[in-house]
Amino acid sequence: MTVRIQKRNQDTKMVPVPSESIIPERDLGKLPVLECKHLGIDFGGLTAVEDFNLTIGKTEIAGLIGPNGAGKTTVFNLLTKVYEPTRGTVMINGIDTHGMDIVQASKLGIARTFQNIRLFSKMSVEDNVRIGLHNQIKYNMFSGILRLPSYWKREKQQHEKALELLSIFGMQDMADMQAGSLPYGAQRRLEIVRALATNPSLLLLDEPAAGMNPHETQELMDNIIKIRDQFQIAVLLIEHDMNLVMGICEGICVLNYGKIIAKGTAEDIQSNPVVIEAYLGKQKEAQA
Amino acid sequence: MIFLSNLVNGISLGSIYAIIALGYTMVYGIAKMLNFAHGDVIMIGAYIAFCALQYWNVPPLLALLIAMAFCTLLGITIEGLAYRPLRQATSLAVLITAIGMSYLLQNLALLIWGANPKNFPSSMIQIPAISLFGEQLRISGVTLVTILANIVIMILLTSFTMHTKLGKAMRCVSEDRGAAELMGINVNQTISATFAIGSALAAIAGILLCSAYPTLMPTTGSMPGIKAFTAAVFGGIGSIPGAMLGGVLLGVIEILGKAYISTELGDAIVFAVLIIVLLVKPTGLLGKPQREKV
Repeated sequence: MTVRIQKRNQDTKMVPVPSESIIPERDLGKLPVLECKHLGIDFGGLTAVEDFNLTIGKTEIAGLIGPNGAGKTTVFNLLTKVYEPTRGTVMINGIDTHGMDIVQASKLGIARTFQNIRLFSKMSVEDNVRIGLHNQIKYNMFSGILRLPSYWKREKQQHEKALELLSIFGMQDMADMQAGSLPYGAQRRLEIVRALATNPSLLLLDEPAAGMNPHETQELMDNIIKIRDQFQIAVLLIEHDMNLVMGICEGICVLNYGKIIAKGTAEDIQSNPVVIEAYLGKQKEAQA
Repeated sequence: MIFLSNLVNGISLGSIYAIIALGYTMVYGIAKMLNFAHGDVIMIGAYIAFCALQYWNVPPLLALLIAMAFCTLLGITIEGLAYRPLRQATSLAVLITAIGMSYLLQNLALLIWGANPKNFPSSMIQIPAISLFGEQLRISGVTLVTILANIVIMILLTSFTMHTKLGKAMRCVSEDRGAAELMGINVNQTISATFAIGSALAAIAGILLCSAYPTLMPTTGSMPGIKAFTAAVFGGIGSIPGAMLGGVLLGVIEILGKAYISTELGDAIVFAVLIIVLLVKPTGLLGKPQREKV
């Protein structure tokens, strides 16, 4: 697949986006965890994402917002290699992911949650977390079937690690419950724990606060910051709850019709006329 | 006492169905496809064991291992060559491929071993029959081994799916393939492993089947294959305990039907029961209703 350079940006009436990144100062000079350059994908004749440029610092919390259908989840699918991009590159920790599959990208350190919860609902809470741990722990099939001492030792290690991860959200008491039987909010939190178990350097959260009440959302915001501080990872989240986005995201990227229409800090975005237009329609029409 | 004897025979035949049904149900649960060539893998397994015993004069246990190893490789090869390229294709295309694979295996066997039935050596299982209730109930060695093999396989397989990494990966892939991949589980490897396990079990089933019914032909696997598939659907396809339960019940129904209702209608009774169960409970005995993901 050849990479074509896009010249279409000049034709649109949108304000040109500054291509330099907006990563926080403490991450400057460190290898960015994610670098997208001119990323784009077509589905048949439809361009879903075009010229998507984004750099995320090592410990940055970034937000991806935009109206419904703007292509936010498509971007997540591009980053996790569910889709192979038509154009452009995705670099994770400085490694080009071109031609990689989902599993390889996951091993590079990218993990995600889903807009509609996709837990392994028939398995226990602890097993869901352990699935993520599997990549890091060596396993021997026969000691597992025959339950040799080495199996019990490893079991214990994994059990402790899983409980430790669950305790981030105070969920260690729920370890033996079936994942599908958890309350909605707990299922969302478990998805985050499961993603963390894969030891990612970039955590993608697809609408983590969907369906949560303001109190739960506040708790989630605290926890996202806590996770970032504790694990020293970067977080990119898609969210419609503006309190959450404006509250914790250091860099925000606004997507509309598959294109970035604005980038900046919370203040920049809130006062940006292009963003307001994308969300609320043109001001002239509103006045008329 | 005749009833008890029929019951034991039914459980024994049912155990063979159950072991075959495991192959169908695991592959369906994980790869979401019906591997209609599975019945013919049984036949190939039996032929390999036959050759090992008859021509190479190896001890029975080694013959079993050779047959299992061969079938494992065969299963992985079939999956890799025929089914993997069709992973994104419609399920109908995969189904047709599986049927084609079934005929390919049958005709290969015809080419290699000829159309004449082979007499499967009785030296495979040399365990004396036991008598209970003062000679009134006689259980043959083959029957005994079959039932025991079924129990052991059930225990090992349950332990495997619950406690090993690969087993857990299989459960994940069967529940949500996309999410499993994003958690770093290699779906292709997992599906290959499923075929490997199913085919190794098919070899065991083939040997047990031919020890009980020693006529070995290229079509030997077809009917037990279809019955085991029925058993898998009967118990709830995709469910491992369901395959076990369905298989054993089906064997018991078949033998009892033949003994007490009509010998000719034995198979008809089996399939009639399947139809009735599916009318009452479309997901099978232990199957859970599928939730649609939005």
